[in-house]
Amino acid sequence: MTKKKSIFKDQRYIALLIAILLMVIYFIFSKEFRKYSSILSMLDFSYYDMLMAFGVTFPLITAGVDLSIGTGMVCYALVAGTLIRNNNIPVGLAMLICILLGCAIGLLNGVLIGIMGLAPFIATLSTCMITRGIGSTCPATPWPTTSQPGGWFHSIFKLTFGSGRGAFKFPIGFIFMFILMLVLEFVLNHTKFGRYTIAIGSNREATALSGINVKFYHVMVYVVCGFFTGLAAIAYAAVTPTVQPGTGAGLEMDAIGGVFVGGVSATGGYGSMIGTFIGVMIICLLKTGLPYIGLQANWQQIITGVVLIVAVLIDIIKKRRAAVL
Amino acid sequence: MGEVILTMKGIDKSFLGVHALDHVDLEVRAGEVHALMGENGAGKSTLMKVLTGIYKKDSGTITYFGKEVEFHNTREAQDAGVVIVHQELNMVGDLTVAQNIFIGREPKKGIRIDDKKMIEDSKKLFERLKIDINPREKMKNLTVGKQQMCEIAKAISHDCKLIIFDEPSAALTEKEIDDLFKIIRDLRAQNMGIIYISHRMDEIKVITDRVTVMRDGGYVGTLITKDSTKEDIINMMVGRVIYEDPKTHSMCPPDAPVVLKVEHLNAGHMVQDISFELHKGEILGFSGLMGAGRTETARAIFGADPKQSGKISILGKDGQLHEVTINNPQDAVKAGIGYLSEDRRRFGVVVQKSITENSTLACLENYLHGPFIDKAKEKKDSERLIKELATKTPSSDQLVMNLSGGNQQKVVIAKWLIRDSDILIFDEPTRGIDVGAKNEIYKLMNKLASEGKSIIMISSEMTEILRMSDRIVVMCEGKKTGEIRIEEATQENIMDKATRNIN
Repeated sequence: MTKKKSIFKDQRYIALLIAILLMVIYFIFSKEFRKYSSILSMLDFSYYDMLMAFGVTFPLITAGVDLSIGTGMVCYALVAGTLIRNNNIPVGLAMLICILLGCAIGLLNGVLIGIMGLAPFIATLSTCMITRGIGSTCPATPWPTTSQPGGWFHSIFKLTFGSGRGAFKFPIGFIFMFILMLVLEFVLNHTKFGRYTIAIGSNREATALSGINVKFYHVMVYVVCGFFTGLAAIAYAAVTPTVQPGTGAGLEMDAIGGVFVGGVSATGGYGSMIGTFIGVMIICLLKTGLPYIGLQANWQQIITGVVLIVAVLIDIIKKRRAAVL
Repeated sequence: MGEVILTMKGIDKSFLGVHALDHVDLEVRAGEVHALMGENGAGKSTLMKVLTGIYKKDSGTITYFGKEVEFHNTREAQDAGVVIVHQELNMVGDLTVAQNIFIGREPKKGIRIDDKKMIEDSKKLFERLKIDINPREKMKNLTVGKQQMCEIAKAISHDCKLIIFDEPSAALTEKEIDDLFKIIRDLRAQNMGIIYISHRMDEIKVITDRVTVMRDGGYVGTLITKDSTKEDIINMMVGRVIYEDPKTHSMCPPDAPVVLKVEHLNAGHMVQDISFELHKGEILGFSGLMGAGRTETARAIFGADPKQSGKISILGKDGQLHEVTINNPQDAVKAGIGYLSEDRRRFGVVVQKSITENSTLACLENYLHGPFIDKAKEKKDSERLIKELATKTPSSDQLVMNLSGGNQQKVVIAKWLIRDSDILIFDEPTRGIDVGAKNEIYKLMNKLASEGKSIIMISSEMTEILRMSDRIVVMCEGKKTGEIRIEEATQENIMDKATRNIN
């Protein structure tokens, strides 16, 4: 009785069950999905969502949000890609530029929110527009393909052994994501930064009155989010043959949705990277998996919406129960 | 006192096996003010929630005007004439007074809301209560006291016969409490039954006719107020004897060094030219009426609010006073000051976090191994403090939101003790804390002072000031109006100074 209850108390278990359920359904009903290449491709497209979600988990825990991650990610990939093509900079440098740009926009968000006191929704909506604008000044940009010089960056996410049709590909990125999840979960629960992030989300004023520099940590939360958006830009470039200017709006919603499905409290003060990881997997399973069982892609949006409502409802019901007791 | 209008008999209520109410009785007559007393967690609110239909009782009977009833929600209770005026005001700040009073049952003219009638009716209600409030005023522009009056007006507009006040005076000034009592007496004269929940013993003596005392979810007894003493009631509440004697002389040695010196502090109009000294091991009481600027002074010293001018000096390790710059709470905490806010849930604790995490929040640095938190050490220290302060909790992992007010206060105290702060500012240290736990907090403060901590205690309760302080600073309207040694302090001379600027 108590064991069963504790499982359902933790949204992460429910999310994990849904993820497994989805996979089982796909496996049973789709021959196509059972192919290794399908799973590989699904994973390929999950990395940038995952990285964005890891990053945005921090602002969401502080009861904030970062809407600029989608357009930001595309913007950084465009700027860095343009530099590769026009100025011939090495891919390594381009990657660094993505990360630095991410941190810079994160810093801007952080200063606007943590120091100037703008509402996170408004501040990041503005930077969302700004990054989309900056991105649009760049031409449609392909990053180097696997066979081109600089194409090595693809192997961060996918190792290729052999060549041609018989090549074996290994989704090393998934392992990285898994390790990253464990590291970030540790950061959240066992470091000062994580502890203060949660404390700010739970009660900013009490935290400030404990003598903690909440402004600094509040800013850092958005810088960290920007950092991961920069990483996401690299993952995005790796799976997008040509990054299109003006796109990116809406991509943040998949990531943010994933975080909520994973059980971050919509009112702040609680969050888990393991939850985020599972939540994003669900979103990706819905996004790339539904066509395999004959449902059109637009069903993904509808079902994701429903899943999100259920996830947030669980949070609310949990709180209400806690309040009664 | 008239006929019996409400009888609750043998009321039982459990939550998941926890007995919240255990055979509780309550009888209210028409034209009486009936106090319901008990420590926090005694079950008063639960009993009222059972009565007004928020909770369903497990067993027992409720007889209302001779008929057995069971209300299923507050609406049904309201329709029957049972209304509750909550401690937290349920008002919509941006709507007008009239709109708030008639919210949910606006008079209609066709499909249009009949504003004119609403305002007329509001005026009539206020006339009946003999209070002067403009029904067109926005709710948020009223003082808390006036808002409470509106809440009462809303209650009586339901044609109520039984009205429940849940700690109505908690946020009111003395003057507003007087007005409230006038209204309550009027309602009593109109033959209404009134249930009055409060922690304040003095009020109970002044306003109520009978007292029903609850303890740990059970019924202890009912007394006639005028035939019983304060001690009788307190003893029934806590089941043990509590002495509320004032301090007769300062516990602080006369040669104790000054640890904090504040000179000509100015911060907005609520803090004007405040100067005082705090000695080592002293409890310095800050007395005054609500809005005297005491909390503002504390927040300015602590760096939580900006200050315009003033000099703050703190005793250094070398035995000399050194001027310190405090621009934000971080500076204050570094200088060894800890602030315990009057509003613990908002400013004191992080409720969704554990006792341990709250206890170490102010000095996480001491628990770091490189970037990592040493959770074992954290837990050890937190558990040591739980023991030292006698915090009632099953474990150090307990979330703070599950603790009572007194135990939450202990968690905040633990936070500053772990930080090893030498100067503690207690802002209303026992607000919202029940009598038994209050005593423990007092003992704790005395112990801290005897161990060499220096305490500033802001309090609106005269008995608390007289009982705890070694010296008393009195403020009025942002200015310091007096400084009294405890040997010379009386209620009268404090009140005299606290009201000096008025008129």
